Amino acid sequence: MLTMGSVRTINLSKSVFEDNGKEADALRAYLKSKNVFLVNVMSSPGAGKTTTLISLINKLSERFRIGVMEADIDSDVDAVKVADKARCKSIQLHTGGMCHLDSAMSRQGLDELGIEDLDIVFLENVGNLVCPAEFDTGAHLDMTILSVPEGDDKPLKYPLIYRKCNLVLINKIDAAPYFDFSFDRCVANIKIRNNNSTVIPISAKTGENMDEAANYFIKIISDGGKNYNA
Amino acid sequence: MHELGIVVHVIEQVEKVAEENNVEKVARLSLEVGEVSSVVPDLFRDCFEWSKKKTKYLQDCELELIILEGLSYCQDCGETYKTTEYAKKCPHCDSYNTYLVTGNEINIKDIQVVS
Repeated sequence: MLTMGSVRTINLSKSVFEDNGKEADALRAYLKSKNVFLVNVMSSPGAGKTTTLISLINKLSERFRIGVMEADIDSDVDAVKVADKARCKSIQLHTGGMCHLDSAMSRQGLDELGIEDLDIVFLENVGNLVCPAEFDTGAHLDMTILSVPEGDDKPLKYPLIYRKCNLVLINKIDAAPYFDFSFDRCVANIKIRNNNSTVIPISAKTGENMDEAANYFIKIISDGGKNYNA
Repeated sequence: MHELGIVVHVIEQVEKVAEENNVEKVARLSLEVGEVSSVVPDLFRDCFEWSKKKTKYLQDCELELIILEGLSYCQDCGETYKTTEYAKKCPHCDSYNTYLVTGNEINIKDIQVVS
């Protein structure tokens, strides 16, 4: 008989995302115990995540203590911009070439940022509509920004991210006259993916409708929003 | 790039199981991949072949991909249909009140180990 090692099968039958999902749940619960509300901000590159966050934070900073984690493959331009224009605590996370953040990276970032003196942390995910949607970051709210130049049919092309997000901001509405963009069609397409989604059209650049977006956060956070999605 | 992120997660988990079970190596890894999970099998394979060279237990590991069909259920007429052909709209009654039943999975099914 050949002296081979013994061969056996180990049955795992688990989702690739299961471990990350468990870590994310634990992180969500931990943040809740610290009264910190974590928001995962996702969009395609160039939809206006950073500009929207700056505008939003300026509206919310009187009421809440806010921190920002900027995730990018490289550079710290976003963290510097946020620190400068929103005057809030911010750090830059580098994903080392990866196209998304997972809950472990999110936790490391929060440790580095320090959450003891914060009420809300915005996590600006890598600009990408595919991978960030698949990995739970431990956030209490997942939101996405869709900008007018991208087209009203985007929710049809990227089902998962629109299914996952409960808040969609339609940015760059000041540019609407130059594009063939239908708000009705866009909202209908978003609702096909997630009927519970709240959709708010904004212009982060001109500030149009930013109060409504800020009010959304004020409402969910003061209405026991810490329980949101937790 | 998207596939690589998932490969990294799969390998981390399998290496952990291999370590815990004191195995010499992992000879085969079987994954179930849904048709609409946004994983492209060929790209996934390429990423796996590249990544496995950096592992402790998966150097000679063979990858088996089992494709799971994408099926959606219509809550209005109760019919099930192929998601890849009709997407969100039910072909039986034109309703959008449908949801995905299977096809979004990326599961680690089992591994064959040598110890």
